[in-house]
Amino acid sequence: MNWTGRRLPRTEDPALLRGEGAFTADLAAGARAVRFLRSPYAAGRILSITAPDLPPGALLITGADLEGVGAIRPELFRFNYRAIAQPVLPRERVHFVGQPVAAVVAATPEEAEDIAETILLDIEPEDPVVTIDDALRPGTPTLHAEAPGNLVVDGTIRHPDCEAAFARADRIVELTLRSGRQNATPMEARAGLAAYDRATGRIRLTASCQMPHMLRTGIATLLGMAEADLQIVAPDVGGGFGQKMALFPEYPLLVWLARRHRGSFCWVEDRNENLIASAHSREQRHHLRAAFAADGTLLGLEADILANTGAFSCYPTTCGVEPLMALAEYPGPYRLPTYAARARALATNTCPAAPYRGVSRPVVTFGLERLMDRAAAALGIDPVALRRRNLVTEFPHVTPTGLTLDQASYVEALDRAVEAADIPAFRTRQQAARREGRYLGLGLAVFNERTGYGTPAFAARGMGIVPGYEVVDIAMTPAGEVEVRIGASPHGQGLRTALAQLAADRLGLDPSRIRVIHGDTDRTPYGWGSFASRGAVIAGGATQLAADKLAARLRRAAARLLQAEPESIALRDGAAWAGEASIPLTEIARRVHQRSEQLSDLDGFNLAETAQYDPGGTFSNACHVAEVEVDAETGHVRVLRFLVVEDAGRLLNPLIADGQVHGGVAQGIANALLEEVLYAPDGNPLTGSLADYLPPSAAEIPPIEIIHMETESPETLTGAKGLGEGGTIGAPAAIANAISDALAPFGVDITELPATPARIRALIRNAR
Amino acid sequence: MTKTPIRLTVNGVPHDIAVEPRRTLADALRDDCGLTGTHLGCEHGVCGACTVLLDGEVVRACLHFAIQADGRTIRTVEGLATPDGTLNPLQHAFWQHHGLQCGFCTPGFLMLATWLLEQEEPVDEARLRHVLSSNLCRCTGYQNILTAVRAAAQAIGKWTEAA
Repeated sequence: MNWTGRRLPRTEDPALLRGEGAFTADLAAGARAVRFLRSPYAAGRILSITAPDLPPGALLITGADLEGVGAIRPELFRFNYRAIAQPVLPRERVHFVGQPVAAVVAATPEEAEDIAETILLDIEPEDPVVTIDDALRPGTPTLHAEAPGNLVVDGTIRHPDCEAAFARADRIVELTLRSGRQNATPMEARAGLAAYDRATGRIRLTASCQMPHMLRTGIATLLGMAEADLQIVAPDVGGGFGQKMALFPEYPLLVWLARRHRGSFCWVEDRNENLIASAHSREQRHHLRAAFAADGTLLGLEADILANTGAFSCYPTTCGVEPLMALAEYPGPYRLPTYAARARALATNTCPAAPYRGVSRPVVTFGLERLMDRAAAALGIDPVALRRRNLVTEFPHVTPTGLTLDQASYVEALDRAVEAADIPAFRTRQQAARREGRYLGLGLAVFNERTGYGTPAFAARGMGIVPGYEVVDIAMTPAGEVEVRIGASPHGQGLRTALAQLAADRLGLDPSRIRVIHGDTDRTPYGWGSFASRGAVIAGGATQLAADKLAARLRRAAARLLQAEPESIALRDGAAWAGEASIPLTEIARRVHQRSEQLSDLDGFNLAETAQYDPGGTFSNACHVAEVEVDAETGHVRVLRFLVVEDAGRLLNPLIADGQVHGGVAQGIANALLEEVLYAPDGNPLTGSLADYLPPSAAEIPPIEIIHMETESPETLTGAKGLGEGGTIGAPAAIANAISDALAPFGVDITELPATPARIRALIRNAR
Repeated sequence: MTKTPIRLTVNGVPHDIAVEPRRTLADALRDDCGLTGTHLGCEHGVCGACTVLLDGEVVRACLHFAIQADGRTIRTVEGLATPDGTLNPLQHAFWQHHGLQCGFCTPGFLMLATWLLEQEEPVDEARLRHVLSSNLCRCTGYQNILTAVRAAAQAIGKWTEAA
C-alpha cells in the first residue's frame, strides 16, 4: 500500500472538529492572570511607574524588578549588522507604541485589567522616527546608540561588471515600489502559561509558538537558569505564519514570574495587542534598474532595498531577515548575468519586524514581475515571451548571489499557466468589456521559492544562532506501534499526518499505527520548527531516514525469525515477509523487547533509532495568473479568477498541499488589496482591530484553481520541495500586474501595495 | 464586583453559575462552564471564532453578556458530535474536505454552518458565500470550508444551484 501521495484526511482533525483541541488559553484554569501595560508613546523616557494600593495578592512588575535578567539581543556577523538590545521590560526608554513596560498580576484577567487601568505610567514623550523617510532624514533622532543613523543592517552585493552591462544596454527600465506593512494575523493571538512544578522545581511554559526548542534556549539564557529546568510545550497552535517564531519579551517574563513566585501565570494576548505589538513585516521600498538588450535579454539588475524593521531586532533571525532575503533572492527564476544591490534595515519607533510567510519574496516578486511587464511594454515584446526568453532552463544554475537553483520547471509552468488561462479568449472579453466602460485585467507572476534549506544557508547569513537541521527519534513500542518524535513543531500544516504517511510506507504499516509527537521539549529531540517551507523537506527527510533505519532493524530481526536473508525481507501490511512466509511486526516488537534472549545479539534491546537531516535546500516554482475587474469610479478591485500552476516536487499529501496553496494565495490577495498596518505621524498605530486591519473573508477570495507539476530534484530526500509560502509570494505580483493591465487605458500602473481603492482612484485621477 | 446567579442550558445540560454583569457569554462558556471549544479570536465581534447558537439564533458569544443568556439554551461545538465522539455529517464533511488547518476558527465556522443548514431556505452558492463571509479564517483561503459546507448541504438535500 502506498500511503505517500494520497489525499488522506488528517489525523489532527477529529479533536479540533469536536472543539476538543487544546490551545494555550484552554489550559489556563487555575493560573493567575497577567496583563501587560504597554507604552502609549512611540518614543519617550520613563519617569516613573507608580501603583496605588494594590489589592492583596496582586503584583506589579517593572523593569526595576528584573535585576540580572538579560536583554534580547540576537547577533548577525555580516552585512554591517549592529546588535541592538530589547530589555524584557525597559527601565529608561520606550521605543514603540505597544512595547510592554510593566506587568500586572491578579487572580483573573478582569481584575488584572482593572488594576492595570489604575497604574500611573509617567513617560516624557520624545520625537519619534516612524517611516523610512523619517529614519533616513539627516539629523533624525537615533533610536539606539549602537546603530548610528538608525542603520541596523547595510549589506551589499556588487558585481564589478554591472556598470558595463548598463552601458551597453539597449533599454534601461526602472521601477520604484513600495510595500505596505502587514501583520501575519494568526487567528489565535499569542499566549503563554508558565507553571512552576513544586515537586521538581522545573517550569513548564506552554506557549503558542513555532520554535519551542529555540524558545527554551533563549529564555534560559536571558534568565540565567538551567535549560534543563525549563520545558516548553507548543500545544495546539492557532496559526503562526512566521509571527510565532520570535522570542518575545512576554514569554521570559512569564517564566520569571513562575520561578520567582512559585506558581502558574497565564497571559492571553488580545487582538489589539497582537495587531500593534506582536510583530509586523513587509514595510519596504525598492528601487530597481534593469538593463535589457533590444531582443529582451536581461543583461543586469540593480536594486536598492530599504526595510523599516521597527524598534528592535527579532530573535533568532534578526531584523536582517527581510532586507537580506531580498538582497540574496532578487535574481528570482531568471538568468541574470550581473547584479549590484544594497539592502538596508532601518530602526524606527514602530513594532519590530519579524518573518511573515514569504519573507520579502512577495515584495521581490512584485518588483521583478512588475519590472518584466514594464520592460515588455517598453521593448514592445509580449510579456510571456519576455519571461520565457529570460527564465533559467538549465539546471543546476548558480545565481549571481551564489544560490544554486536545482531542477525545476520555470518555463514549463509558465506555458501550462498561459494555456490554462486562455489569454486570447481573455483579450476578447477585455476588449468587449472596455467598450462597455469596464476594466478587466490579467496578470502573471512567475517565481521560484527557496525551501527546505538547512544549516549551510543560515550559516551563510552569518547568524549568531544557526537553525537548519532536524532530528527525528523513532521507536517501535513492545506492542508494535511506532512513535516518531520530531524537533520540528507544526501549527496547522498537518505534518502529523504527512509524516505518518511517509513512515508508513517505509515500515509497511498503516498510518493509524504511527504517532508523530511534536511540540514538547521534554519529549522531542532538539530541533528548529516549522518555518521557511521546510516541514515536508527536512522533518520529512529525517523521518524517512529514521524509518529506514528502523525498517533495517525489523528486517534483521525478521530474517532471524523467518530463517531468511535480511535483504530478502519485505515489510508490508504490518508484517515482515520472506516470500510466502511472514511474521507480524507486532510479534517482532514483542520479541525484541520481551524475549530479547532470542534477538538482542543483533541490535540490542530496543527498536529505537535516530536520524538527522540537513539539506542544502531546493527551489519549488510556480506561475500565478489573476484576472481582475477594476471599477474605475470607486477604485474597487474584484478578483474574478485565480490560477496556480505549482511545482513543489513530489506531493506527500495533495489534500494538504492544496490547502497550503489556497491559504497562501488568500494571504497574498489580502496583501495586494486589503491589509495594511498604518501609523499616524506620531507613531500611533491606526489599525488596532480586525475592523481596521482587513483580513479577507470568503466574499473577497475567488475560487482558486490549482494545477500541480512534480519535478524531481536530487536535492530533497522525500522528493517534496516545500510549498508553504508560495501562494503568498506570487499572488501580490499577479494581482498588481492584473490591475496594471486593466488600467493600461489610463496609462498608469501599480507600484504600491496594497492597491486600495483610494490609491487606485488617486492613480486614475492623476492620470486624467 | 457582585455576581449574579444565572442558568445557562448548554448543549442540553444546565449550568448554574454566578457571573459579574460584565462577563461575556464567551468567557462564561469557557471559564465557568469549562467548554473551551468556543474560541476567542478578536473579542470585537469581527472574526466569528466564538460563534454559538443562542435559542437557535446565530450569535457572537463575545458580544453577548452571560446574563443576557440567563434561562436560555445555547449550542456550542461540543454539542455536535455524539457522546462517544462520532462526528456529525457537517464535521465529517470538514474532515474529508480538509476544511480546517490550525483549527482555531473551526468551531465558529461549524456553528455558523449548522445554523445555515437548519434554516428553511435552501442554500445556493451566493447564499453560502454571503453567510460564511461572516467569519474569518487565516489558513484555508476558505476554499475547502466552502466545499465542506456545500457537500454537507447536498447530503441533506438543502443545496440548490443558483437560479
